[in-house]
Amino acid sequence: MSAAIPYTPAGTVHSADIPFNRRPVSPLKVAATAVGYVIMIVIAAFTLLPFVWMVLSSVKNNNEIFTVPLKWLPDVWHWENYGLIWQKADLLGWTKNTIILAVAVTLLQIVTGSFAAYGFSKIRFAGRDVLFLCYIATMAVPWQSYMIPQFKMLSSWGLSDSLPSIILMQSFSAFGVFMMKQFYDTIPEELSEAARIDGLSEFGIYGRIILPLSGPSIAALGIITFTNAWNEYMQPLIYLRSPELWTIQIGLKTFIGEYSASYDMIMTGSVLSVLPILVVFLFGQKYFIEGIATSGMKG
Amino acid sequence: MTNSTTGMAAATGPVAPGRDNAKELDKAFRVVHRRNIRNGLIFIAPNFIGFAVLIMFPVLTLFYICFSEWSAFGDPTFTGAANWIRLAKDDLFWTAFWNTCYYALVHIPLTLAIGFGLGVLLNSKLKGRAFFRTAAYFPYITSIVAAAQVWNMMFDPNSGPINQFIRVFTGGADGWAPGWLSTTQWAMPAVIIVGTWREVGYFMILILAGLQTIPTELYEAARVDGANGWQQFWKITVPMMRPTLFFVMVTLTINSFRVLDLTLVMTEGGPGTATMVLAQYAYDTAFQDYEFGYSGAISIVLFAMCMVVTIIQFVYNNIKEK
Repeated sequence: MSAAIPYTPAGTVHSADIPFNRRPVSPLKVAATAVGYVIMIVIAAFTLLPFVWMVLSSVKNNNEIFTVPLKWLPDVWHWENYGLIWQKADLLGWTKNTIILAVAVTLLQIVTGSFAAYGFSKIRFAGRDVLFLCYIATMAVPWQSYMIPQFKMLSSWGLSDSLPSIILMQSFSAFGVFMMKQFYDTIPEELSEAARIDGLSEFGIYGRIILPLSGPSIAALGIITFTNAWNEYMQPLIYLRSPELWTIQIGLKTFIGEYSASYDMIMTGSVLSVLPILVVFLFGQKYFIEGIATSGMKG
Repeated sequence: MTNSTTGMAAATGPVAPGRDNAKELDKAFRVVHRRNIRNGLIFIAPNFIGFAVLIMFPVLTLFYICFSEWSAFGDPTFTGAANWIRLAKDDLFWTAFWNTCYYALVHIPLTLAIGFGLGVLLNSKLKGRAFFRTAAYFPYITSIVAAAQVWNMMFDPNSGPINQFIRVFTGGADGWAPGWLSTTQWAMPAVIIVGTWREVGYFMILILAGLQTIPTELYEAARVDGANGWQQFWKITVPMMRPTLFFVMVTLTINSFRVLDLTLVMTEGGPGTATMVLAQYAYDTAFQDYEFGYSGAISIVLFAMCMVVTIIQFVYNNIKEK
């Protein structure tokens, strides 16, 4: 019997690899796993079905969307809806405005946010922690509670119906500073210390040591900021009155009001408004999760 | 005492061998100290100036605006407690206040329970968890307008897919089903469902990240000591997750209190005032009635609610940590 199993040095073979050494799986565990899968499939259906329904409705004939009994697939797939919508709505203009806003906000947020985070994380000076606490405290203040004085202030500067107003409002959030600082805190102090002793200035340390190390967290902050700016609804709604300045969210909402009966077109527009974010999301998924994970690590 | 030149710590340390040397060192440290302040401020300035002017200043002016009358034109005029007396007697304000509480009291536990459950589930070694994680997270990054529109259509009382599904269980085509957004009774539950659908993935990720920082040795040790799954959950998972849960609770509460775009796009506060929340009432008074002063008072209530809850949670968290 013992000859059947050749001797192996300890550690090279895990006990579970030997077939008859495997512990029998308890039926309780199998049941738990099965329940786990069922729950996850139900949740995934709950989260994804609205999107499936949205896409399917966008290629249906308008009177096929609300049918009793429910019909999932269209008789004829009306892909031409995706061509027609460009004539009915100024999607191109809205998308252009939204891209301008999202790119400007993202760039400003990354540049000023990572710069300030370096100051908060790597340079010691009197009053630093108090100042940082001010930043953190305003994260608990919802924008909705100070939107009125902010609106009054920006309109007194003559910015109420302009894209710069939106850029200004979104570019200096405490969230970006907070997230970048959380990351910089994980970079060992010795690294910047050594550079300091070697005579590198603070800007040199930031530009040549810290910045090259912070690729993933900058990507995370960039993607999150871009998505938020793309999806922002309230600020453009309050500020942007001229149709040529509308973002895709405001444009879509107005379109829904105008074409309230043609659900196929509304769904087509909705799909097109979500699509760019889906692409960004699928490319940058890893960074999304990383970014959110780091921002929640410390309370 | 990790550093040499930047730290203040070294200045007080027992380094100085002689008197002259000590003086010189002291001077050198003062130079470094001043340079650090200068450099620190240079780095922080670009963000801080924007932040102070665009966020901190409006927040501070709110405390004056709420005691004033301010129309579309001109400057605010101080009116003392007038706004607050009006607020106390304003039925619509109280409706909005209780609606906000209703939304928060259902949305918070629901999102937390599902988020935590999902986090635990996706922390185990199930196959395909990356897909499920993506699926759960996706609603959070889709635009509110598109999402609300789809749900509005799906909530259609007669031929929407949701009620058709419910009627399968309640007796076919003529069976009972909720009226959702067309009734005052069911509009808020519908809004809460969409709110939860949208946010649960975000909190799931936060919780998942927290779960992954718990060392597995703790569970192994507990198992050896004979603790069952239930005991492990309450004695290890929950205490170890306290910092994460604190962050999650604060964010979740603020998100619930400030809810605005969701109700605005889905229901505009209706039917009647069934889904009128505080933030929307503040928005309406400012941008439809042009009463910026009164709107400021409503905003202060929203602000105070967020602050009070944050402080309570902060204190509770500190007590528990000791």
